[in-house]
Amino acid sequence: MLIGLIARIGHGTLFVVQEMGRMLIFLVATFAWLFRPPFRPFQILKQLHFIGFKSTFVVVLTAAFTGMVLGLQGYYTLRKFGSEAVLGSVVALSLIRELGPVLASLMVTARAGSAMTAEIGIMRITEQIDALDTMAVNSLQYLISPKLVAGLIGVPLLVAIADVVGIYGGYLIGVNLLGGNSGSYWSSIESAVEWKDVYGGILKSISFGLIVSWVCCYKGYNTRLSAEGLGAATTEAVVLSSVLILVWDYFLTSVLL
Amino acid sequence: MIKLVGVEKTLGGQPVLRGVDLDIPAGKLTTIIGGSGGGKSVLLKHVIGLMQPDRGEVWVDGIEISRLKGRALNDVRKKFAMLFQGAALFDSLTVFENVAFPLREKLRLAETEVARRVEEKLEQVGLSGMGHKFPAELSGGMKKRVGLARALVMEPEIILFDEPTTGLDPLMANTIHDLIVGMHRTFGFTAVMVSHEIPEIFLISDWVAMLKDGKIAAMAPSADFQKTTDPAIREFISVGSMASLKS
Ligand SMILES: Nc1ncnc2c1ncn2[C@@H]1O[C@H](COP(=O)(O)OP(=O)(O)OP(=O)(O)O)[C@@H](O)[C@H]1O
Ligand SMILES: [Mg+2]
Repeated sequence: MLIGLIARIGHGTLFVVQEMGRMLIFLVATFAWLFRPPFRPFQILKQLHFIGFKSTFVVVLTAAFTGMVLGLQGYYTLRKFGSEAVLGSVVALSLIRELGPVLASLMVTARAGSAMTAEIGIMRITEQIDALDTMAVNSLQYLISPKLVAGLIGVPLLVAIADVVGIYGGYLIGVNLLGGNSGSYWSSIESAVEWKDVYGGILKSISFGLIVSWVCCYKGYNTRLSAEGLGAATTEAVVLSSVLILVWDYFLTSVLL
Repeated sequence: MIKLVGVEKTLGGQPVLRGVDLDIPAGKLTTIIGGSGGGKSVLLKHVIGLMQPDRGEVWVDGIEISRLKGRALNDVRKKFAMLFQGAALFDSLTVFENVAFPLREKLRLAETEVARRVEEKLEQVGLSGMGHKFPAELSGGMKKRVGLARALVMEPEIILFDEPTTGLDPLMANTIHDLIVGMHRTFGFTAVMVSHEIPEIFLISDWVAMLKDGKIAAMAPSADFQKTTDPAIREFISVGSMASLKS
């Protein structure tokens, strides 16, 4: 009974370690193929369109409401201390440092990440990946590398859009609706937001972009060959990449502070 | 020349190949028959290095390929084309782009030459004018024929066909058989075909091999194979002939 328990814990641990190793090898190999010809700029653009452009709507929507709720909550809280004037900086710092990168990447995971896993998983199940390999076209290079690059470029751009939209959302509520001062909203942002904050946000969004495309591509590429396998892979991809984003966010924040 | 020596493979805890010894003569059309789920597709995937044997060796033109990786494996694969059992068309590409894919990727031909060859192959498989469609808009048999066109268009040294005529009506199956035989005569590639089309395969193949219980139970020139006295093989091929007579 006890031995059985220990054995199961051991099995679980070994599996996790092996999986981590496999994921790392996958990442390194994909990166290595990126620098070998033939280069596929068109594929990268296509993926950028899919991961980036097509996620713009949900990201803007999320950011707008987040900014608005920050404006609302911030205004009522700050008024208790008579400091509504710094509302702008509260909204901007929360978004730039934290909420912009995290929420945008979570939305990208939900919209584009799950679709990536499903697309690659179907290609695995229907032997399209095998077919690529038989044509001496490396499947990592053809399929995965462009998605990785697109994630690295697309997510930071989306985060930048989210930050701007969110700050305007806060303005809409804090100034237009609740009657705060417009000038102090902007000047408090100007004086409070430092280069360090922006830089930290960019660093976060780049690494989140990597996490999304890495995890989602890996799960799709290694789908078990059945319909349930595909469903499980998609779920695992979304859950794992969301959890990794939040954990990595905590880690980065504690290092950057 | 392709040679398998003692190839064993277990998949999902189930032994599928249990010591396959197979010599595939160069420039000939060899057909592998055997029961459904017997491991014929798995066998083909070993020949092209998509699966690695647990034990045993796979030789292609004097190179043992089962331990090859990366560029070395790619170089060997350049000799091959394969028609997958499920066609394995790229569903984000049109029919034309699917057939053109190996020409553009492997041979890097000029676009006019690509177009000429693709149109020619599509016509030969009876799909001219279908180039703009996507795989999702095709029937199973049509997908199969696009897959066939994609395999044949390369004119490689070795072509593997996994059930090229399954899912086709008898007339179309005949057309495809004629196409394969005709191309084989013209280009002299080594062909390995998995097929259930008994008795037709005895007319078109040079050699026939039977996979049974994870081993090659018999291999002989097509004419001799039909005269076998092994009762299990007799039963397999006569039931096949009966079925095709009825249909
Ligand atoms: N990738 C895989 N993972 C696990 N099991 C597999 C895999 N591929 C094939 N198998 C198993 O190996 C066995 C042989 O499969 P295979 O597809 O080679 O049969 P086949 O002879 O081609 O049959 P058919 O004539 O129906 O196509 C089956 O039991 C199948 O479930
Ligand atoms: Mg098969």
